[in-house]
Amino acid sequence: MASKTTVLTLPEDELVHPGNRACAGCGLSIAYRIALKALGRDTILVVPPSCLTVLQGLYPIAATQLPCLNVTFASTAAGATGVLGALRALGNTSTTVAAWAGDGGTSDIGIQALSGACERGEDFIFFCYDNEAYMNTGVQRSGTTPQGAITTTTPFSGKRQQKKDVPSIIAAHGIGYVATASASYPLDLFDKIKKAKTMSGPRYFHIHIPCPAGWGFEPRYAVKLGRMAVESGLFDLYEIENGKWRLTGASRKLIGGKRRPVKDYLETQSRFKGLSEKRIDKIQKEIDAKWDGYEQAMGAQKDIAGPDAE
Amino acid sequence: MHIIESGNVAAAHGVKLARAQVIAAYPITPQTPLTEKLSEFVEAGEMKAQYIPVESEHSALSVCIAASSTGARAFTATSANGLLYMVEQLHWAAGARLPIVMCVVNRGIGAPWTVWNDHQDAMSQRDAGWIQIYCADHQQIIDTVIQAYYLAETVSIPVMVCYDGYILSHTYMPFELTDPEKIDAFLPPYKPAYALDPANPANLNTVTLPDIRPDIRGQMAPGYMEIRHDLHVDLRRAIDVTADIDKKFSVAFGRGGNPFLEPYRCDDAEFVAVCLGSLSYHLRDVVDALRKEGIAVGVAGVRLYRPFPDQAVINLLVGRKAAIVFEKALSYGNQGALYGDIKAALYPCADRPLVHNYILGLGGREIQTAHLLDSLRTSCRTPDAIGDKPVWLGLKM
Ligand SMILES: Cc1ncc(C[n+]2csc(CCOP(=O)(O)OP(=O)(O)O)c2C)c(N)n1
Ligand code: SF4
Ligand SMILES: [Mg+2]
Repeated sequence: MASKTTVLTLPEDELVHPGNRACAGCGLSIAYRIALKALGRDTILVVPPSCLTVLQGLYPIAATQLPCLNVTFASTAAGATGVLGALRALGNTSTTVAAWAGDGGTSDIGIQALSGACERGEDFIFFCYDNEAYMNTGVQRSGTTPQGAITTTTPFSGKRQQKKDVPSIIAAHGIGYVATASASYPLDLFDKIKKAKTMSGPRYFHIHIPCPAGWGFEPRYAVKLGRMAVESGLFDLYEIENGKWRLTGASRKLIGGKRRPVKDYLETQSRFKGLSEKRIDKIQKEIDAKWDGYEQAMGAQKDIAGPDAE
Repeated sequence: MHIIESGNVAAAHGVKLARAQVIAAYPITPQTPLTEKLSEFVEAGEMKAQYIPVESEHSALSVCIAASSTGARAFTATSANGLLYMVEQLHWAAGARLPIVMCVVNRGIGAPWTVWNDHQDAMSQRDAGWIQIYCADHQQIIDTVIQAYYLAETVSIPVMVCYDGYILSHTYMPFELTDPEKIDAFLPPYKPAYALDPANPANLNTVTLPDIRPDIRGQMAPGYMEIRHDLHVDLRRAIDVTADIDKKFSVAFGRGGNPFLEPYRCDDAEFVAVCLGSLSYHLRDVVDALRKEGIAVGVAGVRLYRPFPDQAVINLLVGRKAAIVFEKALSYGNQGALYGDIKAALYPCADRPLVHNYILGLGGREIQTAHLLDSLRTSCRTPDAIGDKPVWLGLKM
């Protein structure tokens, strides 16, 4: 097993330039910078309209050092398919093709193309960076906006529906690797990408991205907030490798331990200010039930909390 | 070697001879036999290409856009609602200046559902920035697919090769299957000006501002409007390039000679019928019959519809008594689109003819020779009585 990456062993090569157009405190800046280090220079990116388009810069200036194809909103996975098809036709089997879409570009408008590409077994890594709304267009609800969150299209009492479980939907395609990650645990993300790079076929990452502008918190708390989402058991770090599910990193450590009350997390963001005590209670109960399930499954299947991703 | 096959198979042979490297398509009637044939060629190892059976037309063109951006020769094909499902991607492909070739097997569009032929599908996309070429028979289909790559790659603009659903796609005709070596000598491999490459990274199709802007070296880069102006200028340039390619093709293969409009008995004609696609060959019989009645009439099929070959239209039509435009599509609420284009081209000319417009054959409504004969005869006998409104032919209620 590969040893865990630390800040000291992280590659020094910077592929995302500082001073790009992301907001101050943007979780995407952290995740993207670290992920591109893991992907390396022999990579072609495919990106639909999203905050990432803006982060990458306005013509003729680019904020990243990798070749990137900007594509239409619904077509990310099909775009990646086309790059792969051309690379195969030209005899290049070494370049990594990495698609990066927001939660809207992945779970809503882009899910058809993504499902098609997963079913065909395209040899790419698809990253969904989940800032839990359509941020680029001004914080409208998406399929992965969590219940209770106020957005500009759920303006008063917050979204009523559940967050769409996209990693499970993608895992149901039977692909070899599905992982969740968080911008607040960049080294966990880095090591998961390194692992994914050793595999072939479709690989899917779902990365939780704290977004100060859209969630309503001060930029300096971005990392802290992402951690609270994990520590409260609301967003879980796991991977599904060849069908085998297991918790990883900070989430794994929560098994048998104490989780932070979800209220702590919800209270930090203005998007949850419409939540009543009753609804917070309901969310807490849902988290508890989910974790009861994890603990029970752990009894049946030891390696749920087994060796970490390394 | 001549073979007898369907128009769809003729197109598939054109794609094979052009050595397309990435093919992505989604089935829709009447295009399906074309993509089935291509998947057959690929799976049988007769054609070295990546065939990608995508889950939608939107994705089909996405794959072509990305493959072309990565340096591969890309092909797709569709019809009707499939073309409309691609619309966002059509504009994208043109704006990104990608030399994709797509066969549009013309079919009416819903609602209500129809699977039969008219030209509304391609016509609705005439302003997308693509080149549009219409074919009148199987030989033109196979030859045009090959020439389309040459043209697309010369001007960096995608090309639609349009041919009539069923009337051409599903009928059998003999056509010549040229030797692959001769085609290779005619059509060099695709060499993109830039392709996605980790060794030479670039960010393609980035957000572009309304104004021009310096790059990091202080060099001024175009804004959106300059980029779009370039597309227009190069589309206009494509008219001359089309003529050059036609010449080159004629020399190599002995076919061609009419890259813009294909005239029949027009030399001494006082009246000229104009239309798109296979209808022009149908009209040849009608012209022959009217000639026997002593009417000096001819017909011209428009081959290149976008960019619009105004000068060729002027050269052909100025000095005639009337041009009679038969169309299987229209700009709803206005008039036939081709009719409008022809009138606009002729407007500056002092000696311009009258222009008539007949709308016919929508959703596969049978185009009866008797209707063509009657309407064309009326247009020629009483040209001043027709007026400036589209006349619908073959309406039964
Ligand atoms: C077909 C189409 N519909 C709508 C849009 C407008 N649009 C651009 S980005 C965006 C939201 C993106 O949301 P997400 O994918 O979550 O990324 P984020 O901006 O949150 O990073 C929308 C709705 C578009 N560009 N194309
Ligand atoms: S809106 Fe949110 S995700 Fe988008 S750049 Fe700003 S902080 Fe980042
Ligand atoms: Mg989002």
